[in-house]
Amino acid sequence: MPPNIQQATQPAAHETAHSALPPGTPAPDFSLHSTPDQSVSLTDFRGQPVILAFYPADWSPVCGDEMALFNEMLPLFQRYNAELIGISVDGVWCHLAFAKDRHLRFPLLSDFEPKGEVARQYGAYRAHDGFSERALFVIDGEGIIRWSHVSPVGINPGGEGILAALEALPRHEGHTEGGAR
Amino acid sequence: MSLTPPVTERDHTQGPPNAPVTLVEYGDYECPHCGHAYPIVKAIQEQIGDNLRFVYRNFPLSQAHPHAEHAAEAAEAAGAQGRFWDMHDILFERQEALDDPDLVDYAGAIGLDTGRFIKDMEEGVFADRVQEDFLSGVRSGVNGTPSFFINGARHDGSYDYETLLAAIEKAGAGG
Repeated sequence: MPPNIQQATQPAAHETAHSALPPGTPAPDFSLHSTPDQSVSLTDFRGQPVILAFYPADWSPVCGDEMALFNEMLPLFQRYNAELIGISVDGVWCHLAFAKDRHLRFPLLSDFEPKGEVARQYGAYRAHDGFSERALFVIDGEGIIRWSHVSPVGINPGGEGILAALEALPRHEGHTEGGAR
Repeated sequence: MSLTPPVTERDHTQGPPNAPVTLVEYGDYECPHCGHAYPIVKAIQEQIGDNLRFVYRNFPLSQAHPHAEHAAEAAEAAGAQGRFWDMHDILFERQEALDDPDLVDYAGAIGLDTGRFIKDMEEGVFADRVQEDFLSGVRSGVNGTPSFFINGARHDGSYDYETLLAAIEKAGAGG
């Protein structure tokens, strides 16, 4: 269905901020490209916690950048056997260049076609802007959302909320006790 | 967001322990914004004097800044020889030159036992300590560098001289 440009300038209230899927909701499955010839599905990670980090766009400034911070936090996430996945509407080639430039060591998925479809399913799409919210979801090993959080687009939420959510998961999720690095 | 854990004897501090205001910085020696903040903090310390205690904790974004982790460990290695702040200062003053041989040069320049310094660096003796700082920063709500805490509360305003000074004076260092 082709977009109606006239209508697209008027944001639909239910598609704006703070409508992210709440805890207890089954996480909508998806399969998105991480590279031109590879796809990642949520079900690939069944049995372990997943951190879904929707963000507006690649190439935001370095020092306050959310993806750069989460990249540094990977060893902390690994203590909980948790997998981090970044998602934005940027294309795979853009993601590849961004990930290479910032030395990111986790997959970035392209919610590119249909644009923002996965973000919409999670209630994390800004239809009037054409990109996703800065939204975080912690999903347990059974595919249930256990924590979600939407930040103002210009504010890096930091990582404390994710760590607290991972800590609150039942221990059988694969939390490696004393697995400090 | 509040500082977790609070300042203890483990921390590197400048100024009296009973100062009415404690300013904590989470920083990265290779981060240009931290480099900009460095003389501002110095000027504020000069202005406020004994009413301020300053604490520095490590928050290296080592994937973005390839020298940041070793620089942080170098400051800790200097700290083990009683010269943390000398190394801290020289690292921020020479941000453009933070290769491992540079760090050894700085160790010599501030009078460290360079043999011990090199051994500590090669063995990564202070890597865990730097990681502890990083985790404490995340738990405290640090989302980038530099991040400041004034008497345990995150300072969300700008860190230009006037703004930071005003926030510190409001917290009780005005007298």
